[in-house]
Amino acid sequence: MYRGAFGPEQAERLLWRAGFGPRRGEAEALAKRGLDDAVHALTRAGRQRFVGPAAKDEKGRPLAPRDAWGHDHLWWLDRMVRGNRPLMERMTLVWHDWFATSNDGVGSQNLMLRQNALFRRYWLGSFTQLVTAVTRDPAMLLWLSGTENSKWSPNENYARELMELFTLGSGRGYTERDVREQARALTGFRNDWREGVGPTRFRFDRERHDVGSKRVFGRRGRFDWRDAVRLCTAHPRHPSFFVPKLWGYFIPTAPSRSTQRALERLYVRNRYAVRPVVEAILRHPLLYDGPRMVKPPVVYTAGLLRAAGRGVDTESWTWLCANAGQQLFYPPNISGWNDDRWLDTATYLARWEIAGRVTRPAALDPNKVRSPLDADQLLTRALDFWGDPRLSSGTRRVLRGYTNRALATANASWKKKSYPALIENSLRHMIAVSPDLQSS
Amino acid sequence: MSRCCTEFSRSSLLHRAVAEAGSGLPAIEQGMPVPAGTGLDRREILLRSAGLALAVYGAGSFALPGFEDGILEAAEAAAPAQPVLVSVFLDGGADSLSLLAPVGDPDYRRLRPKLALPDSGLAFTEDTRLRWHPEAAALRTLHLEGKLTVLPTVGYTDADQSHFTSRHYWEVGATNPGLRTGWLGRYLDKAGRPDNPLQGLSLDGELAPPLATSKAPVAALRGADGYRFWAPGVWGEVESQMLETLAPLGGARGSGDKALASIASTATQAQRLRHQLAPFNGKGFASPVAYPEHRSGFPQKLAGLAAMLAGGLPLRCVALRAYGMYDTHSEQSDDLAQGLRLTGDSLLAFQRDLEARGLADRVLTLVWSEFGRRAEENGSRGTDHGAAGVAMLMGTRARGTMIGELPKLKDGLDKNGNLKATVDYRSVYTSLLEQWFDFDAAGAIPNARAYRRLELVR
Repeated sequence: MYRGAFGPEQAERLLWRAGFGPRRGEAEALAKRGLDDAVHALTRAGRQRFVGPAAKDEKGRPLAPRDAWGHDHLWWLDRMVRGNRPLMERMTLVWHDWFATSNDGVGSQNLMLRQNALFRRYWLGSFTQLVTAVTRDPAMLLWLSGTENSKWSPNENYARELMELFTLGSGRGYTERDVREQARALTGFRNDWREGVGPTRFRFDRERHDVGSKRVFGRRGRFDWRDAVRLCTAHPRHPSFFVPKLWGYFIPTAPSRSTQRALERLYVRNRYAVRPVVEAILRHPLLYDGPRMVKPPVVYTAGLLRAAGRGVDTESWTWLCANAGQQLFYPPNISGWNDDRWLDTATYLARWEIAGRVTRPAALDPNKVRSPLDADQLLTRALDFWGDPRLSSGTRRVLRGYTNRALATANASWKKKSYPALIENSLRHMIAVSPDLQSS
Repeated sequence: MSRCCTEFSRSSLLHRAVAEAGSGLPAIEQGMPVPAGTGLDRREILLRSAGLALAVYGAGSFALPGFEDGILEAAEAAAPAQPVLVSVFLDGGADSLSLLAPVGDPDYRRLRPKLALPDSGLAFTEDTRLRWHPEAAALRTLHLEGKLTVLPTVGYTDADQSHFTSRHYWEVGATNPGLRTGWLGRYLDKAGRPDNPLQGLSLDGELAPPLATSKAPVAALRGADGYRFWAPGVWGEVESQMLETLAPLGGARGSGDKALASIASTATQAQRLRHQLAPFNGKGFASPVAYPEHRSGFPQKLAGLAAMLAGGLPLRCVALRAYGMYDTHSEQSDDLAQGLRLTGDSLLAFQRDLEARGLADRVLTLVWSEFGRRAEENGSRGTDHGAAGVAMLMGTRARGTMIGELPKLKDGLDKNGNLKATVDYRSVYTSLLEQWFDFDAAGAIPNARAYRRLELVR
């Protein structure tokens, strides 16, 4: 439990870790509510509202997330930017990564959006219910061969990942035999294929289900798919998989043994409810005084748009985020994105381009705007563009040094007139790519 | 102002969208084929060993961290000499009757009263009726040296007059609007490696549809400005100062934790790489011959390609667009002259470069266009879409003599007044696959047996 000061700095970090950063003034307002109230505001959000103009493409047309390539990404990005329930979107992103399903294997934006709605519905609810719902989710059934798994030809794909990636962890408390037996328990799903529609009518068909007795984790029974899930989350080694994995989405250093134990007990005591665990993590001191995290590309993008007060009005965000390593609905593989490795020289350039794309429409024209010939004023103005985010003293020093060097090149009267606006533009860009805004 | 037709602009847009799919696909009209390769996943990659920024397509099937190993392994496996095919596309439908003008044909001046080229001019040795376009002297040189095969009327029956559709047919190697893989892409799917994206390299920064595969990875070089840091509303001295601050800014908070350390080191690497890649614009390669200087970057791309081949990179199929606007609906003389001159001069420099580097026997270059143009000129000193057009094959191992013929204009035109094909383009493809790659053409070209084989390689 964090007992230090909860000021705008802490509120800002909370908003980044549990959402997509503050809009102008939001961190200050949240800080006034105190830590407990601030966490509650995130985990028990009120009615869904969207603030700001609706998302559109370049030509001003509404998005077509089910049909148009890339609009699925834009549609969700828009919810991140305009929604008033940031933690709900952030948890949906957590589940998207946890149960990483890619439209590369599903081939239907419609089914991907259905899965997305499922994640949002269970955002902080029961993990057992979430996994149960995921198990029969059409996109997942296609992605991990669930509808190819029948009593005549069992397919172990989902059974294996259910234990390895979703509930227990690799080599933790299950055998190859458990995989085979769980695959039998999971048999029975099927779907049809209709010309022009694609995969459709996903359902459980008793005819395809193996009703025989199975032996899973040393227990015997005529288990079916619901049992398969329940057996996994009730497994004694599930909480010790669940807690550090969930923790890792919010705090980069592992929890201490005692913290982990306490969170596991909290999780089991609340019958596998996610909300109490998330609330405890969001109140943990390490979130406020621990090391920083590199923002995932969509969090970075959504956050810059929120800070600049801009909505989704260009389709570029899809490929820009893809270049930065994160196109929504297309995680790289079943284990999701690698949160430790967002940055390399190529993704760094993509993040630079994202920042420039946010500032571009508002770029100052040096022929029309007179910016001050003063380093401090220029920095203050550029910070204001982003709603006054807090900058470290080191970053301020580098930016001031740069500004002075750039101002020194203004050695003619026309340069004195036009360069300050160029410098103000560059400062906006540089603030957005500074370590302060790349990480939280 | 653009003088090409609107359908041409739209088709270019759509093809760009193959690579930049995220920037919004223009609406596809009824019956229009979707470009091959649309929807292939794309990853941006830096090939550190060669300092190249690449976009890799279809990389989902292999682990990216191991990707440089795969390329190195492919490079070693390829030693000493894998054959390389370069596809150069004359975008828009090049006018074959101006590249090789039939000045000796009695109907030529009647059909081309304003655009006909003079009788004097560069003789074409294999057909005394024909003259090379005066700006195509470089191509003539290659032909005289026996290093250029000309196919004056290549195409297919009932040629589609849509840039989009006809180009698609050429790209996929079949008159099938539904095919989504390119003819070279299907070859790479079968004969390529699962871990070498350089085996199919597009040099225009976007995936060239002939190289679209279904599973083998291929790459597009993002080219000269592939690693460029652009800032809106910032330029000149301010921009230079700004970009020199990249690394210090990345390290401004120190590297006290893992996140800050990764930001600091990536920013430093990025700044270094920006300097390293800045000269990739052709000037970074020491070429043994002089290439034309041109803002389009076309000659520099060829110079870079020769340097990459000399550097042992495992390339097999390479595709790029030639310089020039060949959709010459009006005022065709200038556009065509500029395009042919730079394209021809660049190709000759490329050939000389390969010869100087001892690579000439490994490389064949296929020059093609989606169709030729109408025999009769239109009212605005231009020509409209035709049917059969010209293709060329360049290299020391190209046969070097004409294949097919330019029939008498009186007999050689179809009911629309367009040239009829004397060689099917799939005869070129199947023959190339077999003679150049030693690959059974049936594995890449539908109904391959139906096409007469040509003797293309010596």
